[in-house]
Amino acid sequence: MIQHVGNHPFGKKHRPHEVVIETLLFLFALFSILITVGIAFILVRESFLFFADPDVDLLGFLTGKVWQPMIGLFGFLPLLNATLTTSLIAMLLGIPLGLFVAIYLAEYASDRVRGFLKPTLEVLAGIPTIVYGYFALTFMTPLLRSIFGENRVDIYNTASAGLVIGILVLPMIATMAEDAITSVPKDLRLAAYALGGTSIETTFKVVIPAALSGLSATFLLALSRAIGETMVVALAAGAGPNLTANPFKAAETITGYIVRISGGDVSYNSVDYNSIFALGLVLFVITFTLNLVSRKISGLFHQEYD
Amino acid sequence: MNTTNLAEALPRVYEQPQEEKTIIALKDVSIYYGSFQAVKQASLDIYEHRVTAFIGPSGCGKSTVLRSINRMNDMIRGSRIEGSVRFHDHDLYAADVDPVLIRRKIGMVFQKPNPFPKSIYENIAWGARINGFRGDYNELVETSLRSAALWDEVKDKLKQNALRLSGGQQQRLCIARTIAVQPQVILMDEPASALDPIATGRIEELILELKNSYTIIIVTHNMGQASRVSDHTAFFMVDEKRRGYLEEYAPTEQLFLNPAHKKTEEYISGKFG
Repeated sequence: MIQHVGNHPFGKKHRPHEVVIETLLFLFALFSILITVGIAFILVRESFLFFADPDVDLLGFLTGKVWQPMIGLFGFLPLLNATLTTSLIAMLLGIPLGLFVAIYLAEYASDRVRGFLKPTLEVLAGIPTIVYGYFALTFMTPLLRSIFGENRVDIYNTASAGLVIGILVLPMIATMAEDAITSVPKDLRLAAYALGGTSIETTFKVVIPAALSGLSATFLLALSRAIGETMVVALAAGAGPNLTANPFKAAETITGYIVRISGGDVSYNSVDYNSIFALGLVLFVITFTLNLVSRKISGLFHQEYD
Repeated sequence: MNTTNLAEALPRVYEQPQEEKTIIALKDVSIYYGSFQAVKQASLDIYEHRVTAFIGPSGCGKSTVLRSINRMNDMIRGSRIEGSVRFHDHDLYAADVDPVLIRRKIGMVFQKPNPFPKSIYENIAWGARINGFRGDYNELVETSLRSAALWDEVKDKLKQNALRLSGGQQQRLCIARTIAVQPQVILMDEPASALDPIATGRIEELILELKNSYTIIIVTHNMGQASRVSDHTAFFMVDEKRRGYLEEYAPTEQLFLNPAHKKTEEYISGKFG
């Protein structure tokens, strides 16, 4: 028997469980926001401790070319440089490869090939990053050394780590880029064909440009992922800050340094220890910005066709 | 080409006036989607510099027949055609025919305006560019937009994104874009059905102007439109197996005022459809 508040049949009905569930869901959502805020807060607070140290100044941190906590030099450019090198190499491999896979999947692959390729990509996406790290160290590095010569390529080097990160982000780029390409309206393809476009012209001169904002958003997210990637660089890029443009030399990235310090026997109150929070904050700001820009761009993309 | 012999071979062709010149000839065209037969043995001649309207109830295969003329049906997986479609005496379905080249001679305008998300200028230039056009692009853009009666409205904003135009303007842009490739035939698949009455009126005026330079085939649900713009009308029907077929084909005035078939009369008087 339904209970009505009013006397008429459409009177408001009490549904107390709906209120309870709604409140619970809201609390869960709030919880995840609180955690994010908490992390940001701790990063900022510990960073303050770092910058409050007499050995450290913000300008020196941002522009210094040497990172050697032992002698009080905290210039983060070597770490940033290594991070950017591995990420750039990763993008150079991952973007074209992922894009071509996506174009093939979206525009050309038959159902049978798709049915095989998609799960394979998912397997690739499911491999733990530590395994990619081994892969970089035990396969990619020897491969690079056999191609370019053992005296030119260090055992630990940013090229090897970068290439493997490129493979690591490939499934992500391929999947997201495929979504961006498939969401280009079919009408546009028909229009291009009706004007006498070949399938290549249609794909590269209409569909890809139309998907460009979605694709850019994809690439930015992938870059953000590559910058934050840790295990591969910790294992394969090298353990020691080194400002070099040569990707065959060992160089420690921001994440690699954080892993080494937080796993080592550094005391909790030391500058070394506090430095990883400052570096974490830098990473956080970089990836957060990239994600924001990416969201903004893909928002534009959805506007275009609504 | 000897159209008289072809015409005699057809079951339901009317006596054609002397001056009509066939540009496209469909003979016994059957179209299948997988195992489903969508069109059953349609035969008709399309005349040069005339507007031919395809009318008929939903599912009668009129759009399917239209798309067989520039081989857009090739895009649909599992589609198959029997019979012949000839354009200037070339079999469009011969093994060595490149559908890409056909579409440069037989352009198409779609139901929903589908400009590229590029500038107005680039929308016009795109087709010419892939065709390797080496002339003056500014001139091409202007002539095409003038032919589509759009120039005056957009001449000051050629760099603006085409998606910001109104629906009617977008559709005229799509017509301009088609003209820019310099086709001989323009296929129009319900070009005004997504537009308001005023925009529809503009498109109809445009069609009447364009027939001086092009041969136009228009699929329409709107019988008023067919009677206003077309010289010939093909009425398609659906049989009991849901296959479309050509019921009657005649000069538009004759088909609307004095239809030879009972079904045609019923359809144009609104008894079904």
